[in-house]
Amino acid sequence: MSKINTLDALDKAAKKGRDLLFPSTKIRISIGMTTNSIAAGARSVYDAFLEEKKNKNMKFDMVKTGGMGFDSVEPIVDVVIPNKPRLAFAKVTVEKVPVLLEQVARLNLDRELPFYRVDEQEDIFTGETIQYVKGRLPRVFSKISLREEIPFYKNQLKVVTRNCGVIDPENMEEYIARGGYYGLHKALTEMKPDEIVQEIIDSGLRGRGGGGFPTGIKWRSCREAEGDIKYVICNGDEGDPGAYMDRSLMEGDPHSIIEGMIIGAYAIGASQGYIYVRNEYPLAVENLNRAVMQARKAGLLGKNIFGQKFSFDIKIAKGAGAFVCGESTALIASLEGRAGEPRAKYTHTVEHGLWDMPTNLNNVETWNNVPIIIARGSKWFSQIGTKTSSGTKVFSLVGKTNNIGLAEVPMGMTIRDIVYGIGGGIYNDREFKAVQTGGPSGGCIPKSLLDLPVGFDELADAGSMMGSGGMIVMDDTTCMVDIAKYFLDFLAKESCGKCTPCREGIRRMRSILEDICSGGGQEGDIELLKEMSDAIIDGSLCALGGSAPSPVLSTLRYFQEEYETHIKGKKCPAGVCKKLIKFRILDEQCNGCGKCRKVCPTRAATGSRREPHKIDQNLCIQCRACYEVCTFNAIIIE
Amino acid sequence: MVKLVIDGKTVQAEEGKILLTVARENGIEIPTLCSHETLENTGACRLCVVEITKGKRKKIVTSCLYAAEDGIVVDTKSDRVLKVRRFVMQFLMARCPTSDVIRDMAANMGIAPETRFKPSEDGKTCIFCRLCVKACEDVVGVSALGFAFRGVDKALGTPYREPSPACIGCGSCAYICPTRQITMSSTENTRSICGKTFKMKACSVCGRYFAPEEQLAFISKKTGVDLEALSVCSSCR
Repeated sequence: MSKINTLDALDKAAKKGRDLLFPSTKIRISIGMTTNSIAAGARSVYDAFLEEKKNKNMKFDMVKTGGMGFDSVEPIVDVVIPNKPRLAFAKVTVEKVPVLLEQVARLNLDRELPFYRVDEQEDIFTGETIQYVKGRLPRVFSKISLREEIPFYKNQLKVVTRNCGVIDPENMEEYIARGGYYGLHKALTEMKPDEIVQEIIDSGLRGRGGGGFPTGIKWRSCREAEGDIKYVICNGDEGDPGAYMDRSLMEGDPHSIIEGMIIGAYAIGASQGYIYVRNEYPLAVENLNRAVMQARKAGLLGKNIFGQKFSFDIKIAKGAGAFVCGESTALIASLEGRAGEPRAKYTHTVEHGLWDMPTNLNNVETWNNVPIIIARGSKWFSQIGTKTSSGTKVFSLVGKTNNIGLAEVPMGMTIRDIVYGIGGGIYNDREFKAVQTGGPSGGCIPKSLLDLPVGFDELADAGSMMGSGGMIVMDDTTCMVDIAKYFLDFLAKESCGKCTPCREGIRRMRSILEDICSGGGQEGDIELLKEMSDAIIDGSLCALGGSAPSPVLSTLRYFQEEYETHIKGKKCPAGVCKKLIKFRILDEQCNGCGKCRKVCPTRAATGSRREPHKIDQNLCIQCRACYEVCTFNAIIIE
Repeated sequence: MVKLVIDGKTVQAEEGKILLTVARENGIEIPTLCSHETLENTGACRLCVVEITKGKRKKIVTSCLYAAEDGIVVDTKSDRVLKVRRFVMQFLMARCPTSDVIRDMAANMGIAPETRFKPSEDGKTCIFCRLCVKACEDVVGVSALGFAFRGVDKALGTPYREPSPACIGCGSCAYICPTRQITMSSTENTRSICGKTFKMKACSVCGRYFAPEEQLAFISKKTGVDLEALSVCSSCR
């Protein structure tokens, strides 16, 4: 990689990248290779492509990209055929690889119909349209759905995830070809630091890590703070159960984070940056490390970037995986080599942060938004989303929806549009019950609020929070007391243990919930839980404890009767809490097939062939195996 | 100087002085378990919370960490404050049911144990105030004690729960521990603490065993004072 210190050099790199992204002669086959794609089998599919290429002496380029977002149909293979529509194949297996390759080579697409095609696409960075199809669309493609017709993609707006699944994260030129580092060039050569800060303020960008604090205001405070050395930090300690958008960004588009940080550092006056990533994200660590090395070699990190009097470098710090280290002061303690425990924030980290110096900390997704705001301007950015929450948000849509994956939508989209539109509705046509947003500190939003637009303030008013953007969709087989118990258990283990209300209080709340779920709930428990919540919220040292009761409070707010049924009726309406349910076989429905008898691990289900079976309640351990295996709906939960 | 109101009383304070000190200097008592005059406050126990009104906003702050500000109104006994204190004490009573210190303190505050909390049975009285850890690190300067694990499993002790090579047997941790979780036992010429037994030094004048040899060696090394000069007990010096 030669030095990139002029616009000319940037253009040259972009040209190289474009030749790779839009090959004029060779086919380019890329496969999403994030942690979740690999879990779905992408690596063996990738190997199968290479094997087939070697055996049949075929000529095509094979590339690993980041994730395409639609994780329930991974592995996804993306094919760029010169002058033809871009194609994607879903749920590709090793066995399908030879057929798929043959089809693509001959343009005979009947046997393994591609999942979708892309004829043209807006380059979000420049606003220009990229035409994949040159000339008329060959008929063979017409029966393939366009990507914008697929419900999962239809209403998405990929701003932050623009490069994920498109570029090879190991190749910096491909990043540049998509407009990368042009924002940095503009910032460094055309803008004054104060103008950049103002641009970020005007964009209305709010922190994507959970708090939703206006990013530009934070930058301004840090810029104005006194200190010889200033730091910028990228918080990549994503820890909410079910949320993985930051991982996907770090794995699939690391340069965008780096570019955002360089721009931020220039605006604030920082000379050193840190990216704090949890060590459980090895691929993210690897890709970030490589990207930092590449940027350094190109002179985009180091001394006199773009020939300016500005020097900046980035170090990658690996965290040991404590959830609390996502809290800024705990993260800073961990970076300094101390135990990850938060401190009171009466002195702000923008004034006294890392090594007591002014420090600006933003989340991965926040940094990722910066280059495009600079490139396209705050006006363009603030038109996306709502008045108080501008831009897009990446949500990880998981749980009981038909489609699962990362969805980036403009702020203000309703939960209904996300769950039923993008998510394709509830799995097995069951009833929607609630969606848990904001991670362990967030809350559950019920059916009555399906039309709530997602935004920082709207979610907070509903008793939940945006958090990092986790969305766990739950159906009618989910017990809300059990869910609250799950999150409190997570928090009891992940509390740093420094202050009394958090360390002691969460586990006491958890033990009351355990009692409720196992039939030991007492009159007055709900009131006690509410009282304890007040004390823990008011009394805790940091935001982890301060929001820890949220799962309980939000489920109590919308599902109190479910708690009462557990406590007074000693029943679990969702049929989840083992000690409160009984499995019974309906004589009139049972035809004596014996499946339940065979699957029962404790021999509680008995009966003769073709005769209605019975379940011995003394032997039954409520494992649900019989219930799941019965195809005649003969087993009910009481 | 700043002017503020604490429990209805207008007081003056130096800017930057923490609320806890300002209150105490004005005869207003705020309970604490983790604050000690020789150590930097950490805000761990949460007993000292107070409610402040700043403009139109009311919020709970930690009085041992929050600096006095001009014009704020401080309520050290508001309902919200008392609720936090009640639960903190009830949590600690359930955590350390055998601690008479905690029990008596709660009784003085008029707080009874919450029957819904099952008392711990491990017999420990550690309330994680971290005074011992801070004293060992900041005052003595050896960092022999620390915390392991986190959340409900957080545990106080020496690394790997083994006798610490860094420990000099000074006894500061036992001295500062408010709930007597850390104790020290002695024979005429030995002292045992934190799983380690120390040989005591006899005073070269009166012959009384007065300090662990390792502690004297540490002090000598740190201060440059000859070990011989340190071999005299404080009464004979």
